[in-house]
Amino acid sequence: MRILVCIKRVPAPGARINVTPDGQAVDTAHLGFAMSPHEECAVEEAVQIVERVGGSAVVLTVGPAEAEEQLRYAVSLGVEQAALVQTDGADWDPQRTAAAIVDAVGALEESGRAFDLVLFGNESADSGGYQVGVRVAYALGRPMVNGIKRIEIGQGEVTATRPTDAGAEVYRVPLPAVLGVKEGINLPRYPTLKGRLNSKKVEVGLVESNAVAGGQHMVKLFRPTEQVSETVILGAGADAAAAVVDLLEEIGVA
Amino acid sequence: MLLVVVEHDRGSVPIAGKEALTAGRELAGRLGLPVAALVIGAGAEQAAEAAGAHGVGPGHLATHDLLSDYGPEAWGETIAQAAIVLGASVVVSVGTDTGNEVMAQAAARMDQPFVANCLKVADDWTITRMRWGGSLLEDTTVDAAIRMITFAHHAVEPVESAVAVVTSSFEPGLEPEVSRTLVRDRVVQAAGVTLSTASVVVGGGRGVGSPEGFSVLEELAGLLGGKVGCSRVVTNNGWRPHSDQVGQTGTKIAPEIYIACGISGAIQHWVGAAASKRILAVNTDKEANMVTKADYAVIGDLHEVIPAISNEIRRRRG
Repeated sequence: MRILVCIKRVPAPGARINVTPDGQAVDTAHLGFAMSPHEECAVEEAVQIVERVGGSAVVLTVGPAEAEEQLRYAVSLGVEQAALVQTDGADWDPQRTAAAIVDAVGALEESGRAFDLVLFGNESADSGGYQVGVRVAYALGRPMVNGIKRIEIGQGEVTATRPTDAGAEVYRVPLPAVLGVKEGINLPRYPTLKGRLNSKKVEVGLVESNAVAGGQHMVKLFRPTEQVSETVILGAGADAAAAVVDLLEEIGVA
Repeated sequence: MLLVVVEHDRGSVPIAGKEALTAGRELAGRLGLPVAALVIGAGAEQAAEAAGAHGVGPGHLATHDLLSDYGPEAWGETIAQAAIVLGASVVVSVGTDTGNEVMAQAAARMDQPFVANCLKVADDWTITRMRWGGSLLEDTTVDAAIRMITFAHHAVEPVESAVAVVTSSFEPGLEPEVSRTLVRDRVVQAAGVTLSTASVVVGGGRGVGSPEGFSVLEELAGLLGGKVGCSRVVTNNGWRPHSDQVGQTGTKIAPEIYIACGISGAIQHWVGAAASKRILAVNTDKEANMVTKADYAVIGDLHEVIPAISNEIRRRRG
């Protein structure tokens, strides 16, 4: 199996996200960076599939030069090859991002075999557009299912399971295919010493793209108004139990 | 015309689907556009009734052999063809995983932009949408012949406003190839309360301390007919399955009350819990984010507080 994993460099989840005074970008001065959580699981899944059935994995991102950090991290987990479509630093809109990835897939497949599987995260942690993987799959003429939390590789096809409120949906999709995976599909590993060495040595391939801007234009970013609510303290320790149960009865759940 | 793509599971329209119907009707009214519903696949007649009850009609029932069950490519292709044939200038659905997936499929096919998880649309078509699960917002504009948007789940309260249901049939032309992404099989869970629909969620974070520590939370949730949830730290430690995670990368909950125990309240957890009607934080740290943002708080060790609450409930029930 030859697998491509597409990732995005985003501020590390959990941090408070502030906006630059002009509202045009996230203020990154005090932020650490990571790949989106769903994508970290996509990288882990690619490495596990290669361990099970053989083959190799490639990681790709569309982002600033600094995104090399996330590409090298993926290599430290067991991915063999890394490629970057370098932007000017601004976040490209979903149509442009998808077109750049399609260009990169073309370039990477030209120099090797076609990818049996292309993995995305369900959605990026920061912009959350829910569409880049779908657009790439459509442009490549390949099937795509999002929201996947289980992957089994079969003969010429992949069985993919998507949890729903009522249980789960099972898809059997012919290869080559594109899947969007969700956190929880696995527990990502930590880099090994050998992985760290590989990540230092790997040469990040630069891929050119002539992708042009799509139809969505960001006007400004801003933080939602925070509802300032006075917290009612019901008490301290076990003595608060009666007040809590009073509340539960009052709202009709106890 | 503004076309609402009705989210439904073989005829049954969830609250999320009703939110999109309500938002679509309101937006069409404000823009002076006629409104219609597109209902795809098995159970379409029943789902069209729900659309009419929320003021969206006529209903276009899309039927085809390849629409017998859900499939992102078949549904996306149907939406794209319906939008063009019926002359829609706006297509609206809801920002659930399936809603966003089929709208992205349709947008890709029409080479149109698609704006996911919108909170509101201004009269000049400045769209406010969620980033980071809603902890950051973006104003955006679109250049598009057909504007495609989903409204974020929980952004709108569903409001009924019945119109007479007139339906007509719409048969898309589908290539056999789209069958490759049809649902092949379903795993059906025993019916019952789920994390996303529970009226009470008892959540645990790092403060629970161990997988075994969750037994007191299980006990309280059981007494209240609720479910146990947890923070990302807990699933990353392997203490609970990921399906219990509340947050940006887990489940978004909307209970009557969320009892958050030993959870500091990092932003990615907060955005999954923010739609709760009330939040009660139980924490030893009165400065914790979860405590300062909660409606109610108990300051103390959850391992003492939660069993005391369970005991009090049992005592009152006799």
